[in-house]
Amino acid sequence: MNLETVEAVLSWAIGALIALSALLVLVRVTIGPSVLDRVVASDTLVSVVVCALGAHIALTGSVSTMPLLVSLSLVGFLGSVAVARFVARDRDPEPPR
Amino acid sequence: MSWTTVADLLGLVALLAGAFLCFAAGVGLVRFPDLLTRMHAGTKPQVLGVLLVLIGVWLRTRSGMDGLVLLLVGIFQLLTIPAGAHMVGRAGFRTGQVRPADIHPGRRERTGAGEAEPGR
Repeated sequence: MNLETVEAVLSWAIGALIALSALLVLVRVTIGPSVLDRVVASDTLVSVVVCALGAHIALTGSVSTMPLLVSLSLVGFLGSVAVARFVARDRDPEPPR
Repeated sequence: MSWTTVADLLGLVALLAGAFLCFAAGVGLVRFPDLLTRMHAGTKPQVLGVLLVLIGVWLRTRSGMDGLVLLLVGIFQLLTIPAGAHMVGRAGFRTGQVRPADIHPGRRERTGAGEAEPGR
C-alpha cells in the first residue's frame, strides 16, 4: 500500500463525510420546526462550507479560494444575528409551550 | 520518509478529523430534539472542526503568508461564532422555545414542570 493510495482513500473519505454532513444539515434546514432551528442549521452549513473550501485548498494545493474563506468566516454570522433580532421582536405575550 | 511526507499525512489526518466533526454535527442536528441540544451539536464543526481543517490546510501548504491568512480565519471564526450563538440563544429564550426548567434543573421542583414562565 503506497502513499498515493493512502492519500486518495483519505481524500475520498474527507469529501464523502463533508458532503454527507451538508446533506444532513440541509435536512434540518428543511424540516426545522421553528425559525431558530433553521438559523442554527444554516449557521452550521456556513461552517461546513468553510471546511469544504479548506479541504479543497489542501487537497488541490491551489490557494485561489483563500479570500472566500476569509470573507465567509467574517460575515457568516450576520444572517443568524439579523434573524435572531427579528424573531425576538415580534414575540407573543404568552409564549406557547 | 521525509518530513514533508509526514506533514502531508498529518494534514490529511487533521482534515479527516474536521470532516468527521462536520458529519457528527449533521447527525446531531437531525437527531437531537431541542433547540439547545441542536445548538450544542452544531457548534462542533464551527469551532473545533474549522480549526482542525485550518491546521490541516497549513500542514499541506506550508507557506508563511497562507499560514497568516489561515490564522486570521481562525480568529474571525472564534470572534464571530459566539456572538451569533448568543443572539440565537437569547431569541430562543425570549420566544419561549427554551424552558427555564431546561437551564436551571432545580427550578422544575420549585415551580412545577411545564409552567408558563415568560422570558425576561
